[in-house]
Amino acid sequence: MEAHAVATHAHAAPTGFIRKYIFSLDHKVIGKQYYFLALFSVVVGILLSVLMRWHLVWPDARIPLLDKLSPTGAPGGIMTPEYYLSLLTMHGTLMVFFVLTTAPQSGFGNFLLPIQIGAEDMAFPRLNMLSFWVTFAGLVVLLSSFFVGDGPPLSGWTAYTPLSAVGSVAGPGEGTGQTLWVISIALFCVGSLLGALNFITTTLDLRTRGLTLMRLPLTCWAWFITAVLALLSFAVLFAAGVLLLLDRVGGTSFFVPAGLVVSDQRIAHSGGSPLLWQHLFWFFGHPEVYIAILPGMGITSHVLSTFSRKPIFGYRAMVYAMMAIGFLGFMVWGHHMFVSGMSPYVGFAFSVFTMAIGVPSAIKTFNWLGTLWGGKLRLNTAMLFAIGFVSLFVSGGLSGLFLAQPPVDTNLHATYFVVGHFHLVMGVAAIFGMFAGTFFWFPKMFGRMMNETLGKIHFWITFVGVYCIFMPMHFLGLEGNIRRYSRFTDVNFLVPLIPLHKFMTIAAFVTAGAQFIFLFNLFWSMFKGEKATENPWEATSLEWTVPSPPPFDNFAGRHPVVYRGPYEFSVPGAPKDYVMQDAPEPVAAH
Amino acid sequence: MGSTTLTPPKTKPPRGTRLGKPGRSGDGFGWGDGHGFSGGPGGGWSVPARAYRTGMWLALGAIVMLFAAFTSALVVRRGISNDWVPTALPRILYLNTVILAASSLTLELGRRALTADLATQFSRWLYATAGLGIAFVAGQLTAWHQLAARGVYLATNPSSSFFYLLTAAHGVHLLGGIAALAYLCWRVAGFNSSRRTAVDVTAIYWHFMTGLWVYILVLLTARF
Repeated sequence: MEAHAVATHAHAAPTGFIRKYIFSLDHKVIGKQYYFLALFSVVVGILLSVLMRWHLVWPDARIPLLDKLSPTGAPGGIMTPEYYLSLLTMHGTLMVFFVLTTAPQSGFGNFLLPIQIGAEDMAFPRLNMLSFWVTFAGLVVLLSSFFVGDGPPLSGWTAYTPLSAVGSVAGPGEGTGQTLWVISIALFCVGSLLGALNFITTTLDLRTRGLTLMRLPLTCWAWFITAVLALLSFAVLFAAGVLLLLDRVGGTSFFVPAGLVVSDQRIAHSGGSPLLWQHLFWFFGHPEVYIAILPGMGITSHVLSTFSRKPIFGYRAMVYAMMAIGFLGFMVWGHHMFVSGMSPYVGFAFSVFTMAIGVPSAIKTFNWLGTLWGGKLRLNTAMLFAIGFVSLFVSGGLSGLFLAQPPVDTNLHATYFVVGHFHLVMGVAAIFGMFAGTFFWFPKMFGRMMNETLGKIHFWITFVGVYCIFMPMHFLGLEGNIRRYSRFTDVNFLVPLIPLHKFMTIAAFVTAGAQFIFLFNLFWSMFKGEKATENPWEATSLEWTVPSPPPFDNFAGRHPVVYRGPYEFSVPGAPKDYVMQDAPEPVAAH
Repeated sequence: MGSTTLTPPKTKPPRGTRLGKPGRSGDGFGWGDGHGFSGGPGGGWSVPARAYRTGMWLALGAIVMLFAAFTSALVVRRGISNDWVPTALPRILYLNTVILAASSLTLELGRRALTADLATQFSRWLYATAGLGIAFVAGQLTAWHQLAARGVYLATNPSSSFFYLLTAAHGVHLLGGIAALAYLCWRVAGFNSSRRTAVDVTAIYWHFMTGLWVYILVLLTARF
């Protein structure tokens, strides 16, 4: 081959504030930027969910300041049903895209992938910076819908057509708000595609000497497989978004059927297929849930092994299970559409593939349990959150097997059963992965330790709290409690369920309040925490061979050489109970 | 751990072949073989050339998914409704196709010239490629004008919607290729037979754009 080193990066640390902290090319800064973007989004998202839970059980309560945010959506502080749907849409969109897709992959992945593979940066630092700022622009565009026109759209994070395609006739927020939503998602797609391209290339081509694929930490495998899913699925969402935008502003009829009447008005479009949107959306949307959860699986594997002081149980099985989950994730989008009137034969095929995902998921779960079994457990906060991840993943995953069956799903689809399912398995499980990652890598990212006591208090309130919020949703669903409705208090058959709803709302208030403990711990520890040593957890992967926080080029000009896998804990005969990945043979030499 | 006799770890020791072989063409990059070691101490950090190829192929993968989604939308939209009236395509599209195919040819001739270190010829073929690319875009715009003159717009019919959508999506991607060619023209003196990754990566993209256009043309004209 011709030229090898085409671009020698002028890789000196920038000195100006803007190049150092704003438009930085350093993967560590970009990773933190993504992390804080997600942190901001999750605070807004939780606030919205608290407002919704408040309204659900006290629908006539005046919520302070809400009428200031939207005089029409909440006159006198009392939410209209439409404004409830606006908040629902923004909660879902913020959480799925700007939290679950952003922090575990782009946040932790950006900060740690190059260090864990012994590289100095991502393969394309400029693309990396661009992908962050495009994502940031997407967030700004999304949030701007609160302040323009009739407020945010009503159509949920899935933006089902045709109502999302016909404009303001479909309700407040369906004019400007929905257009801004589509533009925001399109921007997010571009940012994610650039990021995915960077992650895959970096993992394939920048690994240091001796770091073969089967010596990669499972975190790197998770980020890699997630990036492949993102590369293949976000392009499809982008295409769907372009078509939706053209239907909205270009007068085309991709998704709007003939003869549609909305709010007593005949819609001029003709001949489109609302189901086409659902197919395109869920072809992205199902891989998306694995984009959200796979990095959490990687973090959990990494943390469980470290604090069990044992090698991960079945390393290869873990890798192949993640690949199988990623592969099968592309074959199951139809299970979101069982009630769309699809052929029962097609539904059967989607059902079988969906239940097949239970196999690699079970492999991972049993391997996590196998890792814990007989380990010398160090039950610190990161470990607790990783164990919590396993618990939530199992609890939320089991109801997935119910919903994978078309006859059951037909009954449960529009109920709180589904809300409980996906919040446990995709929402809070992934968030527990982020908490585990935060407590585990905080010393590396900020050079200080987080407070363990506060961390454990935060863990226990959150762990019990999320079960109190989301487990009852399954019972509500079985009782036929429909989701997306803003008001149940007047519905006779649901009135007996209101006390349960009140319990969930109070649990939501307490759990949301407990997050202030985390926020305090995070920011206080950044400045006042105990100074972190190079390897406070006695972990083995390469990020623990560099100072905390790492120097600008990660390894200070050194090129690490890797001699072994990432989970060599309690190796018989070794002087310590862990062997670093870069410890050369023989073990005694370390 | 007071023991002085150490037993080896259970894992296999690293195989020699997996470690970078210093003699192999300067550096054995990627694939766990280490990367960019040729610079030596203080030589700065370098990204191996193969990373740029990998990145380009991945970008093409995403573009394939984008157009696969458009294709499936077209097939579904044409299949489910009775309002599809085929749009007669302007003939200039076939001329444009020839122009774009010629641009791929001139780019290849340029790359051959580069291999032979014929700098002047390389630069001529490069300018020719960029010129043909611009001519193609102008031709596509002419096709749009001709359709509009016939009263066929984006929202006239689903077939015209897809015509404008696909030609625009291809055109936007092609403009990216023209920007890359313009960059190559600007830095033309910096390339030679051993320093050419940017040229080769651009060529991958450009040929893909030619192939994509032929695919779109077939999709728009085929009756199935």
